[in-house]
Amino acid sequence: MSELDTIGFGLVIIAAAVGGAAILTWFERRLLGVWQDRYGPNRLGPFGVLQVAADMIKLLTKHDWVPPFADRAVFVFAPTAIVVAMLLGFAVVPFGPDLYILDINIGLLFFLGMTSLAVYSVLLGGLASNNKYALLGGLRSAAQMVSYEVFMGLSLMGVVMLTGSFNLRAIVEAQRDLWYCIPQCLGLFTFLIAGIAESHRLPFDLPEAEHELTAGFHTEYGGMKFAMFMLGEYLGLLLISCMITTLFFGGWLGPWLPPIVWFCLKVFVLICFFILLRAAIPRPRYDQLMALGWKVMLPLTLLNLLATGAIALLLEGA
Amino acid sequence: MMEMLFYLAALVALLATVLALTRANAAHALIYLIVSLLAVAVLFFLMGAPFAAALEIVIYAGAIMVLFVFVIMMLNVGEEGVAREREWLGGRNWIVPGILSALLLLELLLALRHAPAATSGTAVAPKAIGLTLFGPYVLAVEIASMLLLSGLVGAYHLGRRFIVRRERKR
Repeated sequence: MSELDTIGFGLVIIAAAVGGAAILTWFERRLLGVWQDRYGPNRLGPFGVLQVAADMIKLLTKHDWVPPFADRAVFVFAPTAIVVAMLLGFAVVPFGPDLYILDINIGLLFFLGMTSLAVYSVLLGGLASNNKYALLGGLRSAAQMVSYEVFMGLSLMGVVMLTGSFNLRAIVEAQRDLWYCIPQCLGLFTFLIAGIAESHRLPFDLPEAEHELTAGFHTEYGGMKFAMFMLGEYLGLLLISCMITTLFFGGWLGPWLPPIVWFCLKVFVLICFFILLRAAIPRPRYDQLMALGWKVMLPLTLLNLLATGAIALLLEGA
Repeated sequence: MMEMLFYLAALVALLATVLALTRANAAHALIYLIVSLLAVAVLFFLMGAPFAAALEIVIYAGAIMVLFVFVIMMLNVGEEGVAREREWLGGRNWIVPGILSALLLLELLLALRHAPAATSGTAVAPKAIGLTLFGPYVLAVEIASMLLLSGLVGAYHLGRRFIVRRERKR
């Protein structure tokens, strides 16, 4: 692709990601309604899809207020960080054989770096709010994300070992015969859990658990600033789904249909699965969450790494 | 073009570091430090070390700095901390560190006069780095891992609950 094409495609991806995140706010409520035997937002437009527009108008017209006791500069900066980091993460996702923005040999590490930068949004938001609940929410989120980041990166190293590259297109190409969800099922499981924890969605949304922290790190946020946090969260969900598709479910690979259709279908199924998780699993206690991370998931990841390395070496020797 | 980008990133890194040193508010100083680390990552990338750039972001900006912010949140010093810091940052405290850093800077500039141009390096793939690390430099890797292990054991020892143990003896 020429430079101009790449820029145009980048803009298309940004629009698609932000639009997709907006539609997701409606889709999630509707799907939760189906699973919980109720309607969900179904009044405005076909199937209630215009609810998104109504929510937008409400958020945009709200008074954009900064509390007088907050650290103003950091308070305004915090919600933008998560959106920028998550959107940058989309740059390395290969949507098809020729549909990509960046094709670099550290693609996977770039994605990990962007998700780890997204943490600052929650942290700084909690710190700048100058509010006890927000501070506690930020603290929790810091501990949760640092713990889950450790094995999030490690859980992907099995895939890297089998492919021999950090390049995401090379990883997809290597799955022509067999999707990595089968030889790397442990890696998939741990990455899935880490992904939910990283985007702090239910059941791992303890940083903003409303029954004990009012709303956690975004207690003091309202209007569009609050919407930026939500946008970041849904972008994170989209990004994690794209990455799982790329790394474990063969990306754009598939028979008959064009590559981009396969990619979108896989991402869609994964998003539905994430929403189902939200509907089905209760929230753990905070110490349970941390114990799960360090005592179960980390050893599992290391085991997977050891086994994958041993088998890869054996196959190479044979 | 690449050289322009390099010097721009270097300028950002320098400015951000100076600002990080002179802010009285710890949270603001940390944000500047993160910006400085990101700028250094860009420098690595432009010099043909994408792997080092990625690790700089993942480990320094993404993990270590998060722990720094974590500590600041735990201490939660607020206004009085800012006032105390401002007092420390004033006047005469700058003289000796200033002289020492100026000497180092002078030495660095003299050394740089003989160095080749900044972005002349070739790109190094992640695989090559792994092969070098676990080939000729495996001893350094092992020593570093032992150091980290001893740190881990020490932290575990300090973090034990001594009071609970005493109660069990009774």
